[in-house]
Amino acid sequence: MSCQRAQELIHGYVDGELDLVRSLEVEEHIHGCEICARAYRSQTTLRSSLKGDSLYYRAPEKLQKRIQSSLRKEAKSEVSKRAFDRRWLTVGASLAFMLLIGVVVWRLVPRSIRPSGDELLAQEIVSDHVRSLQLENHRIDVISEDPHTVKPWFDGKLDFAPPVKDFSSQDFSLLGGRLEYLNNRTVAALVYGRRKHFINLFIWPSEQAGATGEMTTQRQGYNLIHWTSSGMNYWAISDLNSVELHEFAHLVQQGQ
Amino acid sequence: MQKQNKLATFEEAVLPHLDAAYNLAHWLTRNDTDAEDVVQEAYLRAFKFFGGFHGADGRSWLLAIVRNTCYTWMQHNRSPELSVPLDDELHEIESKDLNPEALLVQRADTLMVRQALEELPVEFREVLVLRELEEMSYRDIASITDLPLGTVMSRLARGRKRLQQALTNHMHAEVLS
Repeated sequence: MSCQRAQELIHGYVDGELDLVRSLEVEEHIHGCEICARAYRSQTTLRSSLKGDSLYYRAPEKLQKRIQSSLRKEAKSEVSKRAFDRRWLTVGASLAFMLLIGVVVWRLVPRSIRPSGDELLAQEIVSDHVRSLQLENHRIDVISEDPHTVKPWFDGKLDFAPPVKDFSSQDFSLLGGRLEYLNNRTVAALVYGRRKHFINLFIWPSEQAGATGEMTTQRQGYNLIHWTSSGMNYWAISDLNSVELHEFAHLVQQGQ
Repeated sequence: MQKQNKLATFEEAVLPHLDAAYNLAHWLTRNDTDAEDVVQEAYLRAFKFFGGFHGADGRSWLLAIVRNTCYTWMQHNRSPELSVPLDDELHEIESKDLNPEALLVQRADTLMVRQALEELPVEFREVLVLRELEEMSYRDIASITDLPLGTVMSRLARGRKRLQQALTNHMHAEVLS
């Protein structure tokens, strides 16, 4: 082993970090080489001057107490933070769960129970019908049995021309018409009479081009029939029995 | 309950190394108050990250945190110490020059050694403190300082060299005065 190599390894040797073979090689070299032996001695001297307690800084006692109390504080805040997080997690989970239940219930509930657009509209129509009956003249703005009087009356008042027919020969006589506000728009309301019953027929353009079959419902003792044809929505409502109201509905549909 | 467990486990694993933490912090900051502050902060950090500690060697783990805390602290509170120039190979392994001084070093007293060690650049100081005062293995020093093993070895060799020279200079000055 060269002196150069030996002195490179001296630190590892002094520190006990060499493997056994290397360690023996260095030891052997030191024994036979005065220069490297001195280098070795100077290292051990230096090391021994660093040894001993005198250079070691021991922590003051108050530091341990200080650290322990700050650790306790930290541990406490960690726990309360965790508890806080957990609390919010619980709240969030409950909300999500409730939402889920809501969606599931909504899906499971039969359509008939759920208020649909039609349901709300039917309610609106019943209210309109009732209101019109409470008023004198049943709120007919154009009183005429003549369709050729009633129909032109709507001109300029609506953005569509409602079909107006008289069915006096079938004992459904046209009494007149008025404007009504329904389904967020102005619609035509035609009033027909059958014996002492009144029928309100609401008409407005449909967004759907096709025709749908009749849908019948009953509300607050009134019969309602709804259908769509020729791009128009029709709602007929009356306290007339449903058979006769159907008869009326068929007349309207055929009359177009 | 969880709080008690974590705190108790932490204190058991890490608190016994308070002296080692303080010693390293003191040698790096060279100041009582700073060392105390740094150690306290390091303990809090260690506690926060205690979940990531799975090893058996609490001392090395803690000392790595203390060292990092020291460096962060020094960056914020002091102008950076002069780093060691890369061509610091002056007088490297020139045993003939050294040998006569070995005897002088032997007579250096504690105060002188302390002063000489304190004056070493921090890169050498830390490996010497870990090796000589904490008696840690090269491997542990490498893991604490996050340096390759070879760098640890060369820094130790160069640090000792500088320390010897510093002590010799002190002794010469003493003799002359």
